[in-house]
Amino acid sequence: MTPAIELRHATKRFLTPSGTVFTALQNLDMTVQPGEFCAVVGPTGCGKSTTLALISGLEPPSEGEVEVFGKPVTGIGEGIGYVFQSDAVFPWKTVLENVAAGPRYRGSSNHEARDRARDWISRVGLSGFEDRYPYQLSGGMRKRVALAQSLINGPRILLMDEPFSALDVQTRSLMENELLGLWAATSASVVFVTHDLEEAISLSDRVFVITAGPGTVKSNYKVDLPRPRNVAEIRFEPRFGEIYQEIWNDLRDEVLVSYERQKRSGAA
Amino acid sequence: MNVRSAAARLSAGMIARSEPAVRPSVDLVAKRRRDAQRRQLNVAGLRLLVAVVFLGGWEIGARLGWIDPFFWSQPSAIYAKFVYWITQGTELGPLWEQALVTMEETVGGFIVGSILGVIVGVALGRSRLLSDVLGPYIKAANAIPRVVVGALFAISLGLDIKSKIATAAVLVFFVVFFNAFQGVREVDRTLIANARILGAGDRQLTTEILIPSALSWIVASLHTSFGLALVGAVVGELFGATQGIGELIYNAKNQFDAAGVFAGMGLLAAMALVAEALITALEDRLIKWRPPVATETRI
Repeated sequence: MTPAIELRHATKRFLTPSGTVFTALQNLDMTVQPGEFCAVVGPTGCGKSTTLALISGLEPPSEGEVEVFGKPVTGIGEGIGYVFQSDAVFPWKTVLENVAAGPRYRGSSNHEARDRARDWISRVGLSGFEDRYPYQLSGGMRKRVALAQSLINGPRILLMDEPFSALDVQTRSLMENELLGLWAATSASVVFVTHDLEEAISLSDRVFVITAGPGTVKSNYKVDLPRPRNVAEIRFEPRFGEIYQEIWNDLRDEVLVSYERQKRSGAA
Repeated sequence: MNVRSAAARLSAGMIARSEPAVRPSVDLVAKRRRDAQRRQLNVAGLRLLVAVVFLGGWEIGARLGWIDPFFWSQPSAIYAKFVYWITQGTELGPLWEQALVTMEETVGGFIVGSILGVIVGVALGRSRLLSDVLGPYIKAANAIPRVVVGALFAISLGLDIKSKIATAAVLVFFVVFFNAFQGVREVDRTLIANARILGAGDRQLTTEILIPSALSWIVASLHTSFGLALVGAVVGELFGATQGIGELIYNAKNQFDAAGVFAGMGLLAAMALVAEALITALEDRLIKWRPPVATETRI
């Protein structure tokens, strides 16, 4: 079976404003199967977001190959959805216009786009808020808009960059459950970047641990917890604790390395 | 007495005190409203007082001979001039016609300058090459006191409305241009990435992301630029015209009629205030997606 996403020896370097070369990713290998929910965890600044940028086609790799469904990524792909860490809904559009944007950009008529948007707005539980502007919504509601905005295009791959990190704990587990519900109704592969190991395990089928920058995959773990899951309760399962322990042993070293580095650069 | 009973008494006291918790909040709302009303009255009263002191002082000063009314006129003479203009007409024709001419020139220059400013600003904001090539020229052009182009336009475009619109448009253009340019440059990168992922092409990126995002900058510049459009129109008239408030002021100056100059200035100020209100209304329509800001800081 062709994997949904395959990165082979992917390296990404950036030129910093001061003219030096910064290596964000080094020789990264990652394979995601169709329909698989993967989480990517790693210390701050290890290039997690860069991985998503490579898969989405927003950034080309400096070296190595990135393939989506067997085809090399050359630009922004059709079947990609991307939920950003910061608010990326358009502040000058209403909820309805925000959600309808994707289909409209892809050539649907205004009328059809709005009909589909209404359907998605009700699926993410925002019926009645169609005419609000983003500033009139709470952080959690804006994330729902962002989810609907991405999912309406029927992505085969959904990339999520710490989407819930700005939410309070209760809203967050609510949103995580809804995400799992919405995802179960699609056949999309998900790559979910987070620094929260608990969130990673409770959502995903597989967890990739990325090393402190330059990032590369240190290890990957299969999460064999049954589905459907309730995010708020699954952490009490004994198996959850075992998996957590196992991955944390791996992750801890990377976090420490990254922390030491920050301290040093802070002192310098 | 032990500590526990003291604590119990304390909490009992607190419960007793917190009982009428519903009523005070109603009172609070009413009090807030009363305070706000009183404040508004105070402000209006003080505003009136400032006007009375200023105009009264001027008038008294002129009558007592501290201020020479030949050079500085006096409120009563200015008012009389106004009344004369309205009832008898000006030497250029009816007063409303002069106001209308200047308004036409101002609005025309404002519209032309704004549209050109937005187009060029967005184009340069989008294209690195264009902005690098044209940047120094635009900075140089901006450094020239631009009202002097009014003289050029008076020669090339003649004494009618065209030369005034051109002068006003030049003044407006730069303000709007710089704001549009900056607005496009400062668009949130994430929004652009999001739009592209959602499938937006280059044109959609411009019309749906860049321009709306720059709009709050552009609209903010419209307040300043309308004032400049008025300056442009009036300066254009000073360089040579047959009608308009600027021409009226110019004539008054030639006749050493200080009251006429002041009356013209008052008219211009009134026009600017009306326009300001219209632009504020336009702003609220154009960027209604922004959270409302405290309006009191607005002047």
